[in-house]
Amino acid sequence: MYKIIKKEKLNDTVDLLEIKAPFVARKCEPGQFIMLRVDEDGERIPLTIADYDRDQGTVTIIYQIVGYSTTLLSQKKEGDCVQDFAGPMGSPAELTKKEHKVIGVAGGVGAAPLYPQLKKLAAQGTKVDVIIGGKSAAYVLLADAFAQFCDQVFIATDDGSLGTKGFVTNVLADQIAKETYDECIAIGPLIMMKNVVKITKPAGLPTMVSLNPIMVDGTGMCGGCRVTIDGETKFACVDGPDFDGFKVNFDECMKRQGFYREEEHQCRIGRG
Amino acid sequence: MAKKNMQVTKVPMPEQAPEIRNKNFDEVALGYTQEMAIVEAGRCLNCKNSPCVKGCPVNVPIPAFISKLAQGEFEDAYQTIVLENALPAICGRVCPQENQCEGKCVRGIKGEPVAIGRLERFAADYHMKHHKGASDPVQKNGKKVAVVGSGPSGLTCAGELVKKGYDVSVFEALHKAGGVLSYGIPEFRLPKDLVAAEIKNIEDQGVSIDTNIIVGRSITVDELTEEGYDAVFIGSGAGLPGFLHIPGENLLGVYSANEFLTRVNLMKGFQFPKTPTPVKIGENVAVVGAGNVAMDSARTAKRLGAKNVYIVYRRSIEEAPARAEELHHAEEEGIIFKFLNNPSEIIGDDKGDVAGLKIVKQQLGEPDASGRRRPVPIKGSDYELAVQTVIIAIGQKPNPLIRRTTPGLSCESWGGIIVDEDTMETSKKNIYAGGDTVTGAATVILAMGAGKKAAAAIDQKLSLS
Repeated sequence: MYKIIKKEKLNDTVDLLEIKAPFVARKCEPGQFIMLRVDEDGERIPLTIADYDRDQGTVTIIYQIVGYSTTLLSQKKEGDCVQDFAGPMGSPAELTKKEHKVIGVAGGVGAAPLYPQLKKLAAQGTKVDVIIGGKSAAYVLLADAFAQFCDQVFIATDDGSLGTKGFVTNVLADQIAKETYDECIAIGPLIMMKNVVKITKPAGLPTMVSLNPIMVDGTGMCGGCRVTIDGETKFACVDGPDFDGFKVNFDECMKRQGFYREEEHQCRIGRG
Repeated sequence: MAKKNMQVTKVPMPEQAPEIRNKNFDEVALGYTQEMAIVEAGRCLNCKNSPCVKGCPVNVPIPAFISKLAQGEFEDAYQTIVLENALPAICGRVCPQENQCEGKCVRGIKGEPVAIGRLERFAADYHMKHHKGASDPVQKNGKKVAVVGSGPSGLTCAGELVKKGYDVSVFEALHKAGGVLSYGIPEFRLPKDLVAAEIKNIEDQGVSIDTNIIVGRSITVDELTEEGYDAVFIGSGAGLPGFLHIPGENLLGVYSANEFLTRVNLMKGFQFPKTPTPVKIGENVAVVGAGNVAMDSARTAKRLGAKNVYIVYRRSIEEAPARAEELHHAEEEGIIFKFLNNPSEIIGDDKGDVAGLKIVKQQLGEPDASGRRRPVPIKGSDYELAVQTVIIAIGQKPNPLIRRTTPGLSCESWGGIIVDEDTMETSKKNIYAGGDTVTGAATVILAMGAGKKAAAAIDQKLSLS
């Protein structure tokens, strides 16, 4: 059992949990993920690591309440335990010091996995900017946390309640026209990452994206997380989850993501 | 000694009827009654040279335990088996006895061999039902061994070493111990409460099992050594699924057998939506491959409600790697065999769902490198089989995680860890390996044999230091 040390509600559908998991905390790196089960017989839910504290032996995850299992998780309180918490899984993101600047693009809960990546780059002495998107002000995550080490924090909301009204891609297009960046790291919904690449590819700005496909074990055993990268099948759980955005077949990812949509619905009804 | 039973056939195993069992997940074979066990045990000739024992990878004293059964001393029979075999309830169910103990049985020359597997199962089930006591604690020797993976080889290695006084810690990547016994072999062939009971038995002897620890990620093999483990046994299995590399393999509705079986067995997907992990199955299902995993997948698909389940295999039934009993059970349950059928493409509809499997019929040509006759395509024989689900069951290879994170560990080009065959020691000192991670996907009992051999070698080496 793994104890919830801290719980914070970031908005009405997003929670932050800090969980005691020394085996994960002592080895994990930005870009890696964990696999969690809320209770006995529970689903294995993959969640990207948002932060970690090696001394305290804790790992922070930020998740959106989207279905049955995340709803169940959201009912847990500080001091409660989750049944299983395994990791770290996946390959760490390759983060090396860059000559100019790196721009991060986060959509919704994508801000969570992006945060440790930009933080590590900044700690190595690379200048970083970030664009955070959300449907409205309440859904813009971690802006203050990013501001601790980012040169510039841009915000875009669908309704204009905070920052620029519109998509992160609008801000991105403006920004790369203005400044010189060595790399873009985009993490968010598949459609956002696809649209980011539509801008960065013609501009020749190398772009890493983080994929979060359906998977069961997270250790390379099920192959459910197959993604096509440059025409070749890869397992997101061991070969990723970060990939060169120029090479990802996003349309296939989007189709595969929706495979269990009906069952998710049935599960919520069937289990109340 | 009672009079020998000279019947040429085994006492038949009571089974659920095919038409009933292909709709439920309960165990197919129901097990012998005490009377049946005594009658069957009477068929053993108690041969002096015991060829059966030589056929057993873990050297179970077969005539000795069978003669106890013949006398109705069921618990003694069990105690005789566990001297050599830590997991008898499992072996009695899933061992390919026809190629091992029973394959060597003298009674098999004129008729059927003694039903050694069924008798082993009977003794183990009897013990589980009637004895709950914990085993006596063993004097500790102060040495620590880490075991990577809690499948058949790891559990056996751990069980052997704890009996000799070692502190044994098993590290398991998944949330549940058992490896392939838990995620792979279906409930109807190997009930999971029985696997749990066998594992608890090993834990009761003092073995600690830590789940959710992915060796290679959470901790490396070298770090285990640094943490003071005097030896490490790697029994991480062959968990990496193979794919066909044909067009359409990433369509919706294509599973690796690993994913399909893990969803159903480990995650209990057959109880969805009572349990939250779904498994989706079409009305028509093609399982590609003809090994035991393919049979498990096909029979599972049928139980989940598929109307037509096909085994699609490019060679003929003669070359099918599955046990004869598995092929027989599958056929009885209504699985449709398509031998000498090679899939060339998976066809999708406009939504990206599987709509069919394109197949080229084959004929057998000259033997290939494996010694089996090579399938050769028949020109113009292409056809499309209408299916909504395709399950790829063409074999598994070792997971690359440990070899990528353990410098100095010598491996085969296909991924298997290279070991000294006598000691199971790898290219790294005091690091041992065995089971599917060394051999590639094989059987439970061979993995157990390897775990046992490694435990003996570890004990021999560490007791000198």
